[in-house]
Amino acid sequence: MPELTLANALAAVLLIALNAYVVLAGADFGGGVWDLFAWGPRRQQQRDLIAHAIGPVWEANHVWLILAVVLLFTCFPTVFAQLAITLHVPLTLMLFGVVLRGSAFAFRSYGSESDVAERRWGRTFAIASLVTPILLGACVGAVAAGRVHGSAAGGFVQGFIRPWLTPFALSIGLLALCLFAFLAAVYLTLETTDAELREDFRRRALAAGLSLFPAALLTLVLAGEAPDMRAGLLFSIRGLLIQLPTALAAVTALAALGSRRYRLARVAAVAQASFIIWGWAIAQYPMMLPPETTIAGAAAPAITLQLVAGALGLGALVLLPSLAYLFRVFKAAGH
Amino acid sequence: MSDLLAARSQMAVSLGFHILFAVVGIGMPLLMVVAEWRWRRSGERVYLELARRWARGTAILFAVGAVSGTVLSFELGLLWPGFMRLVGPVIGMPFSLEGFAFFTEAIFLGVYLYGWERISPRAHLLAGVLVAVSGALSGVFVVIANAWMNTPTGFTFVGGRFTAIDPVAGMLNPAAFQQTLHMTLAAYAATGFAVAGIHAFLLLPDPTNGFHRRALAIGLLVGAPAALLQPLSGDISARQVAERQPAKLAAAEALFETRAGAPLTLGGWPDMERRQTRFGLEVPKALSLLAYHDPDATVKGLDSVPRDEWPNVPAVHLAFQVMVGIGSLLALVGAWAGWEAIRRRDLASNRMLLRAIAASGPLGFIAIEAGWCVTELGRQPWIVSGVLRTADAVTPMPGLTVTFAAFSLLYCFLGVVVGWLLYTQIIRSPESSEWTRVYSPPVRARA
Repeated sequence: MPELTLANALAAVLLIALNAYVVLAGADFGGGVWDLFAWGPRRQQQRDLIAHAIGPVWEANHVWLILAVVLLFTCFPTVFAQLAITLHVPLTLMLFGVVLRGSAFAFRSYGSESDVAERRWGRTFAIASLVTPILLGACVGAVAAGRVHGSAAGGFVQGFIRPWLTPFALSIGLLALCLFAFLAAVYLTLETTDAELREDFRRRALAAGLSLFPAALLTLVLAGEAPDMRAGLLFSIRGLLIQLPTALAAVTALAALGSRRYRLARVAAVAQASFIIWGWAIAQYPMMLPPETTIAGAAAPAITLQLVAGALGLGALVLLPSLAYLFRVFKAAGH
Repeated sequence: MSDLLAARSQMAVSLGFHILFAVVGIGMPLLMVVAEWRWRRSGERVYLELARRWARGTAILFAVGAVSGTVLSFELGLLWPGFMRLVGPVIGMPFSLEGFAFFTEAIFLGVYLYGWERISPRAHLLAGVLVAVSGALSGVFVVIANAWMNTPTGFTFVGGRFTAIDPVAGMLNPAAFQQTLHMTLAAYAATGFAVAGIHAFLLLPDPTNGFHRRALAIGLLVGAPAALLQPLSGDISARQVAERQPAKLAAAEALFETRAGAPLTLGGWPDMERRQTRFGLEVPKALSLLAYHDPDATVKGLDSVPRDEWPNVPAVHLAFQVMVGIGSLLALVGAWAGWEAIRRRDLASNRMLLRAIAASGPLGFIAIEAGWCVTELGRQPWIVSGVLRTADAVTPMPGLTVTFAAFSLLYCFLGVVVGWLLYTQIIRSPESSEWTRVYSPPVRARA
């Protein structure tokens, strides 16, 4: 069991922020994916529903990423520096995706009324939504595989490309993409009262949910690059303890979609995504950057951790009621 | 282009781009809230139209601000890992608090933009107030972190490492108060004058338009007081800089020699070879007076600093002149507008004033960019003043010219799009001529 230290607790908060980013902003990316692949007779309604669902919340959802980054560089500064050096290229590309997606969405929503412009921004928004999750996943894959050294030794390709441009890292990117699309489709079933539109997204949710199984299998097959990770997930008690609920949540989500119990499906999908993230963290604990950097070893001085913990407590007092209010106003039942 | 220069340029482009949107994110919510408050009080629908129009503009600008801010939070590490590795524990605090303030701003902006029909009028106005307050706070926290880079405190630097870290002392660094005050006032002045400038411009051919008249009044209500207070805040800043960052002040004033009763040099070009400023207008003893409130005080010149620790003197001097010049101009226009408002209760009938306000529109933002050039270029070659050199903080990643070029192109493109959208969507008279008829002011009606 993890020891209850301040550093561990803050690493857990960091992971909670990342988890929130995945289940909230991840679904916004997923929405963009479904925008790109909108088809059928209700293509336009699908796109409108996606825009309508994302509109009020995407800015707030996006901030979870900023919170995670800020916590990382305050509490684990050396980890942040190493990530920023080794993953410079994918992170920069991801930032391009973030910028283009966010601004394209805003331009489309509040900007011009002309159809041509709207379609062009819609396309930009959708493509950026497709690429960004893959890059985010690849960064996680590089960490899991223990390839983030923060060193330029060996030249550009060795230091800045090889760590993340691997089959394993890209398979994590694919998994992230499928997961985000799955979350979005599941949420969207609850965003409309139109039965046909709901059925469109139910089918999409089922397809994306099923695609998660081969995607997850692929990552395990390729995990030879990350032997510690594979061992941690497959051949240890704690690995199995997290694998089991993940599988259970996945099956529940699909079954609930099959029987059109959308609320249950949403809960199960969120649980599934969260278990995947926590599974990754638990499998590599106590490492923050395998194979050498531990949470305790990378932590900032105690005084900083204590102050950040205090700030987090105060911030949560403001943040949590505000978030609850936001989601109650826009995501409550029956709208 | 060397990688260091590319990294610095990319940071400059990213900051220079983001700051425009960040400032709007501080200023616009206040204008929005004032307009909505007036609507709730007076029932005049023209104010509602204003609040909604400004909210639309804010939504676009805020979105670009949010994503360009995300880029910056990553770039701190992507470009300056040697900096973040060391200083994260000391100045992470204000960034963490900024994270929460920004979160609150994003949440309530969502509520404000999409909640017109979903929540009570009182709750809606309150959401707007929360956006304005948290927007201002998040600006304050970020500027505190920057102030720390200028006057770092809260640590001991031994053998290339920070020890005895005290994040609270870091936050309460000597420049924190002056810089946050100066920046917050600048945000209100720039945004207020930009909005007033746009509507003054639209009033010139259409002086009875009630929509633009009200917009002009609210813009000035926010911009003019801030512009009037700014010289005072600048004075507080200058005295602090004289004491704690003598090289920056010397570069800003192009003062090569340490001297008592130092003159203030207006304009002029610093000649680096001869170490003197040529073609400038010297006001005797004025610099000593401004920096120390004593005409005979000794002001440290560039000669008090080793040559390899000088910032780029011509650039800092030029930027400083631009900032101070514009600041003074905006204060004058603000005073003039205030005088007209009190004396005649009508701003739009004085065409000279309208022209002056219209011309002032973009100046506040130019002054902000110039001000950032002063504080950032003026700190070089240090990234943390006197502690860590910029060159020692840069990433080992090669080929930064490519990412610099890519980000510059992206931001140019976004800038053009935003400008075009604002021009076609926000900056124009309302569709119906209803406002002009119903709201033409009594002054004109008599004439």
